[in-house]
Amino acid sequence: MNDAPLWEVFIRSQHGLAHKHVGSLHAADAKLALLNARDAYTRRNEGVSIWVVRAADIHASDPREEDTLFESPKGKEFRHATFFPTPEGVKNL
Amino acid sequence: MAMSSEAVVARRERLLQLADSNLILAQQLTAWCGHAPMIEEDLAQANVALDLLGQARQWYRLVCASEPEFGDEDRLAMLRDVAQWRNLLLCEIANGDFAQTLVRQALYDEFHVVLLTALVASSDAGIAEIAAKAVKEARYHRLRSADLLVRLGDGTSESHARCQRALDRLWPHVAELFVDHEGDALLAAMGVAPLPSSLEETWGQAVGTLARKATLTLGAVASARAGGRQKRHTEHLGFLLAEMQFMQRSYPEATW
Repeated sequence: MNDAPLWEVFIRSQHGLAHKHVGSLHAADAKLALLNARDAYTRRNEGVSIWVVRAADIHASDPREEDTLFESPKGKEFRHATFFPTPEGVKNL
Repeated sequence: MAMSSEAVVARRERLLQLADSNLILAQQLTAWCGHAPMIEEDLAQANVALDLLGQARQWYRLVCASEPEFGDEDRLAMLRDVAQWRNLLLCEIANGDFAQTLVRQALYDEFHVVLLTALVASSDAGIAEIAAKAVKEARYHRLRSADLLVRLGDGTSESHARCQRALDRLWPHVAELFVDHEGDALLAAMGVAPLPSSLEETWGQAVGTLARKATLTLGAVASARAGGRQKRHTEHLGFLLAEMQFMQRSYPEATW
């Protein structure tokens, strides 16, 4: 069974929140991956929904391109919406 | 609700049969911890064991609440010898290979769901309450064991042969699940718990469907090798208890 494909597991901790990556596991197919994920990652009441995705189906950015891809926004704090005065009476923006 | 002494005994014997079966099966499953074919399965089986252990504790507490002379859950679990256990013999048969453990689990899970589903409607509020929570866990156990049994039964020739061998080995012990014992008719009449024999048809249909999917052949209805409720056991139980109770026997009253 060690040659079973690798799956990435995503758990939604509560309704309204997004699924979040929590780890990975091996399973023969999607059905078994969901069962295994339930047992490996929700046994401490972590979630209300599970997604599993074949690790091979995830396309990742190239870590060698980190500078090229991610250096530019550093130092450009003006892109954050933190320079606007909050109108009185507005609790959250 | 005031119960007759006859009903108290019947209720206790029935609850101990269920609790003891759960606890013995939990102990069997935990023996796979660190040894299952893959780590995901290892963890899953330990989870099932913990569910069964937790349910056994609830049933023991219910017994002790109405009959304080039984002490507490720890005493029931750790200080009774072979001749005081009421568990189904199916649960005490040695694990064997992974196929035998799995086949036993699938047979028990189907039974457990059918029984707990009936107990949810018990006229005894304490029983109904525990059953309502337990049945959800049991449905998950069944989902997992049935899925795996279909995969392995209808898998390679090796996995199929192992599953069929396990089924043949365990089949003589399934008849005991549906044997009506003294007091069961009274409990059924009071709406406390269903007659064991009344569960057989539903179970038989579910197991028949599962076996077909798993390409396994069920045995003929064998003569019932019963005995759990009469506290007569196979040679397996003594070894299991020796291991399970070692700590409490060697260091009486030890606590965490």
